[in-house]
Amino acid sequence: MSILSARNLSYCVDGRPLVDGASFSLREGERTFLIGPNGAGKTTLVRLALGLLPSASGTAMLGGTDVSRLSPVERARRVAYLPQDRSLAWPQPVRDVVALGRFAHGGGTGRLTADDRAMIDRAMKDCGLDGLEDRAIDTLSGGERARVHMARAFASAAPLLVADEPIAALDPRYQHELMHLFLRLTEGGRTVLAIVHDLALAARYADRLIWMQAGRIVADGPPHATMTADRLRDVFGVKAHVSGDENAIHVEITGPIA
Amino acid sequence: MNARLIATLIAIWLVATLAAIAWGSVPLDLGRVLAALGGLGSEGDRIVIWQIRLPRALTAALVGAALGMSGAALQGLLRNPLAEPGVLGVSASAALAATTVLYLGLATYHPLILPAAAIAGALAATFIVAIAAFRTRSVVTLILIGVGISSFAAALMALMMNLAPNPFSLADMVDWMLGSVANRSLADIARSGPFLAVGILIMLISRRGLAALSLGEEAAEGIGLDLKRQRLLVIMGAGLATGAAVALAGTIGFVGIVAPHLIRPAVRHDPARLLIPAALLGAIILVVADIGVRLLPTDTELKLGVVAALVGAPIFISIAARRRRVGT
Repeated sequence: MSILSARNLSYCVDGRPLVDGASFSLREGERTFLIGPNGAGKTTLVRLALGLLPSASGTAMLGGTDVSRLSPVERARRVAYLPQDRSLAWPQPVRDVVALGRFAHGGGTGRLTADDRAMIDRAMKDCGLDGLEDRAIDTLSGGERARVHMARAFASAAPLLVADEPIAALDPRYQHELMHLFLRLTEGGRTVLAIVHDLALAARYADRLIWMQAGRIVADGPPHATMTADRLRDVFGVKAHVSGDENAIHVEITGPIA
Repeated sequence: MNARLIATLIAIWLVATLAAIAWGSVPLDLGRVLAALGGLGSEGDRIVIWQIRLPRALTAALVGAALGMSGAALQGLLRNPLAEPGVLGVSASAALAATTVLYLGLATYHPLILPAAAIAGALAATFIVAIAAFRTRSVVTLILIGVGISSFAAALMALMMNLAPNPFSLADMVDWMLGSVANRSLADIARSGPFLAVGILIMLISRRGLAALSLGEEAAEGIGLDLKRQRLLVIMGAGLATGAAVALAGTIGFVGIVAPHLIRPAVRHDPARLLIPAALLGAIILVVADIGVRLLPTDTELKLGVVAALVGAPIFISIAARRRRVGT
């Protein structure tokens, strides 16, 4: 059974389609990256698929249930969603932010069960936040803050993680660290869907790439099958060298097409 | 940790209330205060305490608690430390509705008409501000809309004062605009108190959601928050509590911004744990401020709302000037 399957999703603003008849389906334990140029409709598609936006057509099934029928709590137990906006309103300590991952299970920052606490501790350890528990979130570096939000997702124990541009504004080391956290999640049997702009990282860490352009899904498959110079030219408008095989794909972008 | 903070604040509030009851034109020592509170002592003491000083101190506490918690809840909902019933025009709208009822002479028909009008005014303004808040991401726009509502309500009140039929109704309206807890009775408290209590209860129900909103609305929905319900709870709760507070004391500004601001570090900036301490600190601030009002050797007694604004406005400006965004 697919953990998340979307069929024929569409969304219009002022008569202009942002997403136009998009269908995809995630397989359990896979890392799927959604790629495409700015304005292609990636974020909108993700929000439609999770039922955070109402689709004008089609259906999305999350863990076997139509998303439009899920309550916010039921949805949160099935999927941990990390949106692009990672700002926090108040300079709270790291541990309190990670604890919000248990919100859908009844735990806020106030009342936490022993189980909640154990999962929060493990999530912070997994994400390398040992020793930062009491630090105010606004004193952390961008990379540390990204890990705090990952830890929040880890602590939720949801079988699916959906992250919108999780590595934006991170330096290379933190980018790769985050990708390794994704690896760790999928090795543990969870499923990851992420919107990623770095094509070299996408080719390297994804099991599968979904390509979007102008609101439509234009390709869907493993990196070695879909990452071609022609497609990079058509979708992103860039000149690129692509080399490698099934085991490793290398992408080098040399410039915009004239 | 929170329990100890709350216990400390309650103790301070009790001491402040005893002080408020003991101090006045006829100073009473603690023995006489406690005796009169227990129904003993001279009849004169009992009248002074039960009919004048206790209602006044309780009104100050209730109004301070309502405004402190409303400020904390609105700040949590709008993710902004500058949100507050006064700044957002909620208090002014409640006062406008109340003075309109007074001006038209409707308040004499039933004692509940006045608090009901104030609450309706508060709810209307909270609703408008909330709708604006969910359409715009800009905090500046939001504050400007609040300022606009405030100014408009003040203009309409000025218009009514301009057209006031006699000096007595004029004095009544000035009382509402300036805010005061003088000459309140236990009966006044009994009329507005229940609305205020329900408002506070509704805000307490919404507290977990306020913690979730720290992450932003999208992420809060992502972790399982029902956003529509949360907005409705905070709007209803803050509207009811603020409306009832205005019905009791007129407009008293800036308590809702100062109390949460001062106590926030003590709850590790957790918007959920902030609510009760912010309410208690709001109560303490107004009880103490009212003692100050009564002790100041001025010919005319200062209005509590005037003193609150004189202290609160500079704090508002300093918070606004030092504000920075946390994290991205």
